[in-house]
Amino acid sequence: MKPLLTVNKLSVTYPTRTGVIEAVRGISFELGRERLGIVGESGSGKSQTGRAIMGLTPPPGIVRADALSFSGVDLLKAGPATWRDMRGSRMAMILQDPKFSLNPVMTIGRQITETLRHHENVSKREARRRALEMLEAVQITDPERVFDLYPYEVSGGMGQRAMIAMMLVCGPELLIADEPTSALDVTVQLEVLGILDRLVRDNGMGLIFISHDLRLVSSFCDRVLVMYAGRIVEELATADLSKATHPYTRGLLDCTPKIGESRHPLPVLERQKEWAA
Amino acid sequence: MTIHIENLSVTFDGFRALKSVSIAVDKGESFGLVGESGSGKSTLLRAIAGLAPVSGGTIEVNGEALSGTRRSRAFRRAVQMVFQDPYASLHPRQTVDRQLLEPLAIHGIGDGERRILKALDEVGLGSSFRFRYPHQLSGGQRQRVAIARALIVEPEILLLDEPTSALDASVQAEVLNLLEEVRSRHGLTYIMVSHDLGVVTHMCSRLAVMRNGEVVEMLSAADLAGSRVVSDYTRRLMVASKGFSREAVPG
Repeated sequence: MKPLLTVNKLSVTYPTRTGVIEAVRGISFELGRERLGIVGESGSGKSQTGRAIMGLTPPPGIVRADALSFSGVDLLKAGPATWRDMRGSRMAMILQDPKFSLNPVMTIGRQITETLRHHENVSKREARRRALEMLEAVQITDPERVFDLYPYEVSGGMGQRAMIAMMLVCGPELLIADEPTSALDVTVQLEVLGILDRLVRDNGMGLIFISHDLRLVSSFCDRVLVMYAGRIVEELATADLSKATHPYTRGLLDCTPKIGESRHPLPVLERQKEWAA
Repeated sequence: MTIHIENLSVTFDGFRALKSVSIAVDKGESFGLVGESGSGKSTLLRAIAGLAPVSGGTIEVNGEALSGTRRSRAFRRAVQMVFQDPYASLHPRQTVDRQLLEPLAIHGIGDGERRILKALDEVGLGSSFRFRYPHQLSGGQRQRVAIARALIVEPEILLLDEPTSALDASVQAEVLNLLEEVRSRHGLTYIMVSHDLGVVTHMCSRLAVMRNGEVVEMLSAADLAGSRVVSDYTRRLMVASKGFSREAVPG
């Protein structure tokens, strides 16, 4: 089967006054219709990877790759029109905090129907019907009411559901979720992940789940890439998480305190220079 | 009894953020407050420090009854606070040296030179960090400076408001170890707010689970570890903290 997304030797660099910053340094992976987790700490390049795939690297960032293709489309050669067509309809992205990623002066309903009307030739009434259906699919109990609310009128969990609804309303083939639940309370986090899980499974999407939380990712994804300093240091099936061999992955697993464990002091991660080499 | 709080209520413009909360923390104890956003855990901490509009109940610290938002000079030295976001809690245009000098100046403590070097050393930052600005430090290093700033006036009680939740997991481990170390060295009393049950059970011997401005359950870390919990809400928090599983999701 042809992979949905092929990334070959992707690098993202930012020229600065003090030299070139290499945020992502030649990473390669393929994604089928599966859930792939990308895990790393701040500065590891995980978000930059997601952004580069969506064509959202902010200037003056430079994206280079031997190959970057998404179901037959060469993303390196894509022009603005191709990107506009693809984003929102065939590939979509969910960001961390709905407070910042939703348009504050537009009702939730209008934001969802806007996506639909931009990409598909549908009537206003049809768009409204499908938006309401989508709000129901993300387990919003009173979609009619939420449709007319502004983002500031809803809670974080509700906002993130609306965000998911907006991103999935056109039925994308690839969804990139960048820390989709980190701004939410733990119990809400679980509900949102449950919704995401069901929708990804039912629609057969490919999912890239970017997070700093190795354990959360591994409980949600099929496969995990662990990134450090712009490189992939280890790739693992989540079932084999306990068999991780790279000292960085092991360190990440060990250093978080868990309920019912008494380890004083906690093991700390000794960073080795050669990991970044 | 170092900290004794009884039937404490806090009201913001008619909204009751805390509804008759009572907790007691012994000297040298490490006490945790767990809950989700809006549960009132940070408000409780801020009420102790005199930063929240108390509308009822009593707070007693070291036998001293506190009223309103007035605090004595001795209190302000004995009780120090460390906040969540070290990017926001340090002055961006002051060097580490200036930030550490400030509390000494406020409390009229001399011998600044020696104390600053000692405080930096204590939190694992060498003297080379002394004349740097916050933007020249990583998140973990900034939180160490914030801890140094709290320790420099030799407090008895530290109020910790999500001290590690803005940090990477590996840095969190370092900061938690540091906090434990200084607590045992100086016999400090901690009240620590966190949404992370793992962190709280690691750091605290007893904890209160809060929701909607009320304490829903008071239990020991050992009880939590052994799943001896009474309230459904605590159980839900425990399930959620274990990560995602298809069975755990309702519906």
